[in-house]
Amino acid sequence: MHEMALCEGIIGIVEEEARKRSFAKVNVVCLEIGALSHVAPEAMKFCFEAVAARTIARGARLEIIATPGTAWCMACSKSVEIKQRYEPCPSCGGHQLQVTGGEEMRVRELEVD
Amino acid sequence: MCTVCGCSDGKASVEHAHDHHHDHGHGGHHHHHGHGHSHDHVHGHHHDHADGETGLLDCGANPAGQAIAGMSSERIIQVERDILGKNDRLAADNRARFQADEVLAFNLVSSPGAGKTSLLVRAASELKDSFPIGVIEGDQQTSNDAERIRATGVAAIQVNTGKGCHLDAAMVGQAYDRLPWLNGGLLFIENVGNLVCPAAFDLGEACKIVVFSTTEGEDKPLKYPDMFAASSLMLINKIDLAPVLDFDLARTVEYARRVNPGIEVMTVSARTGEGFPALYAWIRRRWAKAKQAEMAAQG
Repeated sequence: MHEMALCEGIIGIVEEEARKRSFAKVNVVCLEIGALSHVAPEAMKFCFEAVAARTIARGARLEIIATPGTAWCMACSKSVEIKQRYEPCPSCGGHQLQVTGGEEMRVRELEVD
Repeated sequence: MCTVCGCSDGKASVEHAHDHHHDHGHGGHHHHHGHGHSHDHVHGHHHDHADGETGLLDCGANPAGQAIAGMSSERIIQVERDILGKNDRLAADNRARFQADEVLAFNLVSSPGAGKTSLLVRAASELKDSFPIGVIEGDQQTSNDAERIRATGVAAIQVNTGKGCHLDAAMVGQAYDRLPWLNGGLLFIENVGNLVCPAAFDLGEACKIVVFSTTEGEDKPLKYPDMFAASSLMLINKIDLAPVLDFDLARTVEYARRVNPGIEVMTVSARTGEGFPALYAWIRRRWAKAKQAEMAAQG
């Protein structure tokens, strides 16, 4: 359940932004989560509510933008999209893939009052 | 922070070098109240984000345009910050300290029972005359593992993560403070036995080593791909049991390389010592390479 720790990280970022940019209420926290990152979006939403409860983000809605997993296929010499790390290249069926995108776990933006 | 509810008491405890016989009871007084009862749910102005059209991407739309003039309006704040940014910064601090001390740090990860501690007990005993060695042991509870390491004469600090499922960079930084100076030596960090969460948390190590045992089933790399993708070396432990288990080494390696084409693989037995000379040679190569890089950086 490292989603709990990740949610603590999100709240830490929100609280820092609140101090820097003077807002008192957060309505939406928008995340960018890559398909190959270490996050299960449903677990994240579940944990977020609990972690946010006594913070400035209390009651805020968590929105998750899912970014696709991409990899460079060494055999095909091109970039391909993959849903999981162990997936073969959709073009050649090989596994000589170097992940190039989809590992993001970021707070993208906040909707605040 | 407590990883059950995010409140700020009683998450992890780092053992002190001189009082490891003490029982660090913590959390006994720590109650988890339901958080649900205290919410004031004022959802006064909930915006529709037209999910039907563009899905979740629509959260980038600016709702301020809908605000009534003169009323406090919502703002969209661009943040663009990594969720693990704080851990990554602390990991970078650890990495800089290890580098300054010319310490080569390895982060050992595996499922519980793969044999990380047995492997470290053997490696610590057999390498301690060649390198200063320190070990950081991560477990939810008990100091058993650190005591096993200390019995070899090597310094070890236990970190109890409480409810936490992984070590983080802050815990490792604190534990490193409590170890003797490892000038030019090796630091082994034994993570909490868990093939999921520790993959995400950089501790400042030179690389992750995933310990996989022959009793676990060949398809572990496919079931837990993040960890095998994050590791540079896969140590296949309990290789002495392979014949009785019908363990398929080639298939295991093939699965691991599907997830991580560049992963190195070695077979060992912490019980018999088989394969350890090759592991030590690998460690010495890494150490020499790090030393070389350090000298090149100094000019």
